[in-house]
Amino acid sequence: MKLFEHEAKDIFRAFNLPTPPGGLAKTPKEARERAVEVGKPVAVKAMVLAGKRGKAGGVKFADTPQEAEKRAEEILKMRINDLPVSAVLVEEKLNVEQEIYAGITVDRNERKYVVIGSASGGMSIEELAEKSPEKIVKMYVDPNLGFQPYEARQMAISMGFKGKAISQLGSFFQKLWNIVEAYDVELTEINPLILTKEGKFFAADARLNIDDNSLFRHKAMIEKLKREPVEQNDRERMATEHDMAYVELDGNIACICNGAGLTMATLDAVSVYGGEASTFLDLGGGADAERVEKGIEIALMYPKVKAILVNIMGGITRCDEVAKGILAARDEGEITTPMVIRMVGTNEEEGQEILKEAGIPFLKTMEEAASKVVELVKEVA
Amino acid sequence: MAVLVDKDTRVVVQGITGTQGRYHTASMLKYGTKVVAGTSPGKSGQEVNGVPVFDSISEAVKAEDATASIIFIPAPFAGDAALEAIAAGLNPVVVITEHVPVKDEIRMIHAAKQKGITVIGPNTPGVIVPGAKQKVGIMPGHVFSDGKVGLMSRSGTLTYEIAAGMTNAGIGISTAIGLGGDPCVGLTTIEGVKLFKEDKNTKALVIVGEIGGDAEERAATYISKEYDLPVVGFIAGRTAPPGKRMGHAGAIISGSAGTAAAKIKALNDAGVEVAEKPSDVARLLKESL
Repeated sequence: MKLFEHEAKDIFRAFNLPTPPGGLAKTPKEARERAVEVGKPVAVKAMVLAGKRGKAGGVKFADTPQEAEKRAEEILKMRINDLPVSAVLVEEKLNVEQEIYAGITVDRNERKYVVIGSASGGMSIEELAEKSPEKIVKMYVDPNLGFQPYEARQMAISMGFKGKAISQLGSFFQKLWNIVEAYDVELTEINPLILTKEGKFFAADARLNIDDNSLFRHKAMIEKLKREPVEQNDRERMATEHDMAYVELDGNIACICNGAGLTMATLDAVSVYGGEASTFLDLGGGADAERVEKGIEIALMYPKVKAILVNIMGGITRCDEVAKGILAARDEGEITTPMVIRMVGTNEEEGQEILKEAGIPFLKTMEEAASKVVELVKEVA
Repeated sequence: MAVLVDKDTRVVVQGITGTQGRYHTASMLKYGTKVVAGTSPGKSGQEVNGVPVFDSISEAVKAEDATASIIFIPAPFAGDAALEAIAAGLNPVVVITEHVPVKDEIRMIHAAKQKGITVIGPNTPGVIVPGAKQKVGIMPGHVFSDGKVGLMSRSGTLTYEIAAGMTNAGIGISTAIGLGGDPCVGLTTIEGVKLFKEDKNTKALVIVGEIGGDAEERAATYISKEYDLPVVGFIAGRTAPPGKRMGHAGAIISGSAGTAAAKIKALNDAGVEVAEKPSDVARLLKESL
């Protein structure tokens, strides 16, 4: 679950991690009020869950409240990465001495949290890793002990800070770690973290992604946000409700399979034969007839779909159930496009018998099925 | 011979009284697995398919000399279950459960490491050793035949697909390990290669990877230096777009990292042939054997 910048900053402040003075505005008029409250030149920032917001024009500066109102009006009309901007954050424009990068994420290889910092922030960590990898400081968090204050200070020292800044920045990292621990954060980034000319540190930006698998532990926090954890279209929401993994792509062949790896491999096989997939739909383990029918229904709701490829490797999933589901979808009149079926494994013969009797053709290998569905799509087009 | 599990492995099923626990206990017993105990707090004295149920792992170990664990506990409690198995010294600990929070995964993986215990998964189909008639997992046993090829994979059904292809081509398997589809898993690809290297009866390896992370690249580096037997690879997700989780929590291209192209190149550079389609794996194995 990705938090909006203002939501993340509410959490930051609750942990005494300083953010620039300011507040949220949903209308240009509110933006003006926020700017009056700040009483200084401000930054007006689009609240969208999209990267490269600055490059898309989603961050603008204003010297006066009137100007802030105008900038807010412009930004609230924008779409960034095809997402609407529902609010802006109006914050004091800081007196920048230095832009810093601070982040914590999970390192898949070490299987530990890793704290990352760099004295030259402002650009993305990928860019930074490419341009000046020597400036990136990393420390792994001990899974038993957590992240200690002396380690947090060491981050600041290794990043080149001296004097008072060592404790100040160290405390920043320490608090960021406390947030990661408290909220099961899988990725947090402050970029830029600003050191002002007055010698103070502020989180000018805030990215906070919470591990979706941990949301059962954070119900109170989610309730406070008064919104759905993830923005989804109707098809995605239906798939989630039925515990299916569903991803929309740009092609026109819907791949309905059991298991994430097999579904990915099926998408790839379609491409080997010159086709392009529209849909990744993993029914999960042990799908029954009803589930198969629901999967077909969801897949067909996506307008780009011109053909369906069902590829089942039966383990816990039984081919006779799959066949019954396909039959039910056909009899309900749900199947409006050509469909190719391949299923093998548990109760394969019973399943194939059901399809045969219903006059629905099926194939035995994934390759035959993928090449067949590509052929059919070409005919339709 | 095999890795991680052999004919003497005695399995305790954690969460044996749940739907999944019951179903797969029956399936494991049918395959030949020595399932000697199950746990479900408050349900000691019951039996599931003739397997005695205990309140805790320590009781199960005391009464039935269990040596390994398989976990069918819902995600919010799976971390605790794994820690209980690790504390009792069971090895390996196979965590079938999907959607375990990453914080809990990190904790269980490092607790196991400190005791020299292997965690397999989470989000894994488990381990199967056809030669010993032992499966500690949820895979359909009949698609795996006994032989001399080690199989490692980050996915479930795709593994069955490839194993079935191998079986049809007359190529048997020494041990097949599902590594798990999460970003953080206990046994990693490179550690799997090292285990198989020590197994005298494994004469070739199949590595089934997918997008996300760089486990395959790291294994490739190791293989090029340390592993002399034939290796065949397959990578799922060549057409997956960046930034989307493709079913598995770990199957995601972040920025430019974790692409199938990078993995295929690393494996090729290490002398590993990578199949374009799952069915090509058996053919490439035949050629290299």
